[in-house]
Amino acid sequence: MSKSNFSRRGVLKTGAIAGAGLALPTYLRADSHAGFTNAPGDSEVVLGFNVPQTGPYADEGADELRAYELAVEHLNGGGDGGMLPTFSSQVLDGTGILGREVKYVTGDTQTKSDAARASARSMIEKDGAIMITGGSSSGVAVAVQALCQEAGVIFMAGLTHSNDTTGKDKRANGFRHFFNSYMTGAALAPVLAANYGNDRKAYHLTADYNWGYTTEEAIRSSTEAIGWETVNAVKTPLTQTDFSSYIAPVLNSGADVLVLNHYGGNMVNSLTNAVQFGLREAQANGQDFEIVVPLYSRLMARGAGANVKGIFGSTNWHWSLQDEGSKAFVQSFGTKYGFPPSQAAHTTYVQTLLYADAVTRAGSFNPCAVAEALEDYEFDGLGNGKTLYRGDDHQCFKDVLVVKGKENPENEFDLLEIVEVTPADQVTYDPNHPQFQGGALGTCNPGA
Amino acid sequence: MDQFILQILNGLDKGSAYALIALGLTLIFGTLGVVNFAHGALFMLGSFCAVTLSKFLSLSHKVVDETRTDFLGNPLQVDVPYVHDWFGVATGDAIIDWAVPLSIIFAIPVMIGIGFIMERGLIKHFYKRPHADQILVTFGLAIVIQEVVKYYYGANPIPTPAPSAFKGSYDFGVLLGFDANAIIYPYWRLVYFFFSLVIIGAVFAFLRFTTFGMVVRAGMADRETVGLLGIDIDKRFTIMFGIAAAVAGLAGVMYVPINPPNYHMGMDFLVLSFVVVVVGGMGSLPGAVAAGFLLGILESFASTAWAVSNLPGINQVIIYLVAIIILLTRPRGLMGRKGVMEE
Repeated sequence: MSKSNFSRRGVLKTGAIAGAGLALPTYLRADSHAGFTNAPGDSEVVLGFNVPQTGPYADEGADELRAYELAVEHLNGGGDGGMLPTFSSQVLDGTGILGREVKYVTGDTQTKSDAARASARSMIEKDGAIMITGGSSSGVAVAVQALCQEAGVIFMAGLTHSNDTTGKDKRANGFRHFFNSYMTGAALAPVLAANYGNDRKAYHLTADYNWGYTTEEAIRSSTEAIGWETVNAVKTPLTQTDFSSYIAPVLNSGADVLVLNHYGGNMVNSLTNAVQFGLREAQANGQDFEIVVPLYSRLMARGAGANVKGIFGSTNWHWSLQDEGSKAFVQSFGTKYGFPPSQAAHTTYVQTLLYADAVTRAGSFNPCAVAEALEDYEFDGLGNGKTLYRGDDHQCFKDVLVVKGKENPENEFDLLEIVEVTPADQVTYDPNHPQFQGGALGTCNPGA
Repeated sequence: MDQFILQILNGLDKGSAYALIALGLTLIFGTLGVVNFAHGALFMLGSFCAVTLSKFLSLSHKVVDETRTDFLGNPLQVDVPYVHDWFGVATGDAIIDWAVPLSIIFAIPVMIGIGFIMERGLIKHFYKRPHADQILVTFGLAIVIQEVVKYYYGANPIPTPAPSAFKGSYDFGVLLGFDANAIIYPYWRLVYFFFSLVIIGAVFAFLRFTTFGMVVRAGMADRETVGLLGIDIDKRFTIMFGIAAAVAGLAGVMYVPINPPNYHMGMDFLVLSFVVVVVGGMGSLPGAVAAGFLLGILESFASTAWAVSNLPGINQVIIYLVAIIILLTRPRGLMGRKGVMEE
C-alpha cells in the first residue's frame, strides 16, 4: 500500500499560492480591469504608426511618418498646434489624450500584407499600442484592419483607395478618412464629360490586384453612365515595368481615351510609356486622344515628370487648398520640414487627430467607446470641408478634388492644379451600393 | 499584320536590354566562372549614372523672385542652373537636355571602376567557392547596392527624359502602307535598339579582332593552358569584368528615358536576364544575345490584349514556359557548349 504525501492543508496552500501567482500578472495589466486591449496607464498612451519604411512606397511612408510626428507634437502641446485651432471640435487642448502624453512606436509595412500584419501585431502585443494607423496600400489596409478587429484595437487607415476597405472587407474597428474608387468615378465623370464630351471610347489598363479592379469598375460605371463606351479593359501585372506591349495596340483599337488604373511605379511607367508612344499628340475618331489617371499622388506624379501635364485625375487633398485647416496644416508641416505635405501626410495627420478627439469626447480609450464617438460624427476644419464619418461603413464622406497635371509648374511641388472641388453629396452612395456589397461591419471588439 | 510588326518592334527594345545585361552576365560567367547576381545592380547603377549627371548639370543657385511666392507665402526662390550662368540660357538648356547621351561618357569609366572594385574587392575571393556561395554573396551585394542607392536617391522613380529631339514616335504604319497610327514606335526606343546593336557589335569585335580578345577567348576555352603559356589571364579576366560592368551600365544609362529609374530596377531585370543566359546557353555570347531578343519578342506578343484574354496570365509565364521547353529539348540551351556548368 502506498502512502500519499499530499495533505489537504498542503494542497490548499499550494493551490492558493499558485493561483495568486498566476493571477498577479493579469491583475497588474490594466486591461484586465479596464476591459479592453492595451488600456493605457495614467501618464502616457502609445499609438502605433504602421507605414512603408522600405519598399517602393517608402517615400510616401516617410511623409506619413512626418505627419504622425507632427500630430503627436501638436497633441502634446508642441509646435504651432497645426489644425487643432481650426478643427470644429475643440476638445483637444494640447495636453495629450485624456491627460496622457502621446508616445508612439513605428512599424514597417514594406507594402506587404504579411509584413504589415506582423509589425502591427508586434506593436500591439509588445509595445502596447492602443491604436494602429497608416499604410499606403489597400491590400495592407484590409489585412491590418482585420488584425486590429481580432486584437481589439482601433485601426485608422492611411492611404487606401479600394472600395473594399469600407466595402466587403469593412470592420467595426476600422475607419477610413481617405476617399475611394467609387468617389473618384463619381467626381471625375462630370469633369471628363465637360472637357472631352459624351461620345468617347475608353480603353482601360488595370493593375491586376484588388485596387485596380475596384477602380476600373468605378470608372467604367461612371463613364458609361455619361455615354462613354468601354472598348477594352486589359489587366496588367503588378510587377510590370515596361507597358509598351500594352500601350502600342491602344491607338489602333478604336479607343480615343486611355484610362490608366495604375498607382505608384505602375502609374509612372505606364504614363511615361503612353506619352512616349505619342498618345498625347494623337487623334482618334476625329478627336484628340486623351489619357486619364483616376488616382493621383503628388509624390508619385513627380516620378512621371512633365508627362502628367494636362492629364485629369482625382486626389484626396492638395496642399494648395485655401481653407483655414489646410492652410494651417501646410504652414505647420512646411515650416517644420521645408516642403508641402502630400495627401498621404494629410490623411494620416487628420486620422490621428480624429482618434484623439474621439477618445476625448468618449472619455475613454475603450475601442468600442471610441468607435461609437466616431460613428456618424460630423466635423469641419480639417481640409475637404464638412465631413461625415458614416456609421454604416466607417467611411468618411467629404468633398473630392478633381485635379489636372499643371501645364506650367512654378516649382517641384507645383505639379497638380485643382480644377474642381466635387461636393460630398455628389460622391455619397448608399451603403448597399453594388460596388460595396458583401461583408459586414460586425460588432466592435474591445479585445482583452 | 500591323499588330505582328508592332509587337516585334516592341520586343526588340525589351530584347535589347535583356541581351545587353545577359551579354555581360555570360561574359563574366564564361571568363571567371562566377554566377553574378549583382549584375542587375550594375544595370541600375548605370541608370543612376545618368540620373547623377543630369542632377549635376542641373545644379542651381537660388535667386529670389519678389513677384512670386512659395507655398508658405514667402518670396519665391527660383532655381537658376549654373550652366545658364556659364554658357547662357540656350546652351545651358541644351546641355541639360542632352544629359542622358552625355552620361555615356561619364558612365564608362565609372562603371569600369565599379567593376574593378567589385571584382578585386569581393568576387575574386569566391572564384573557387561553389556557385551557391557566389550567388549568395553577389545577391547580398546587389541588395546592399540598391539600399545605398535608395538612401541617397529615395524610393520613387526619378524622371530623366530623353533629349527633346527624340521625343515623340515614328509612324511605321504609314511607311509600310498601313493606316496611320497602326504601327507607331517611339524614337528613343529605336535609338536604344540601335545603340544596343552597336554595343553588342563592339564587344564581339573586341573579342574577335583584338589580341586581347583572342587571349580572353582562349582563356574561356582553356584557362589552365593559357596560364601555362605565361599569360596573366586573371588580369585580363578582371578587365573583362570591368567591360561587362560597363556594358550593363551603358544599357542602364540609355534605358532611363524609357522608364524612370528607381533603386529596384536591377532586380526587375536580373531574374529574366538569368533565364536569358540559361536559354541562350551558359557562357555563350551569341546565345545570350539571340535568347535576349527572342524572349523579348515573345514577351511582347504574350502581352497583347488578344493573348491575355485568351490565355490569362500568359504574359507573366511565357518566358519561363519557353525556357522549360528549350531546356527540355536542348539541355545546354540554344548555343550552349559542352562542359560548361557540367562538372
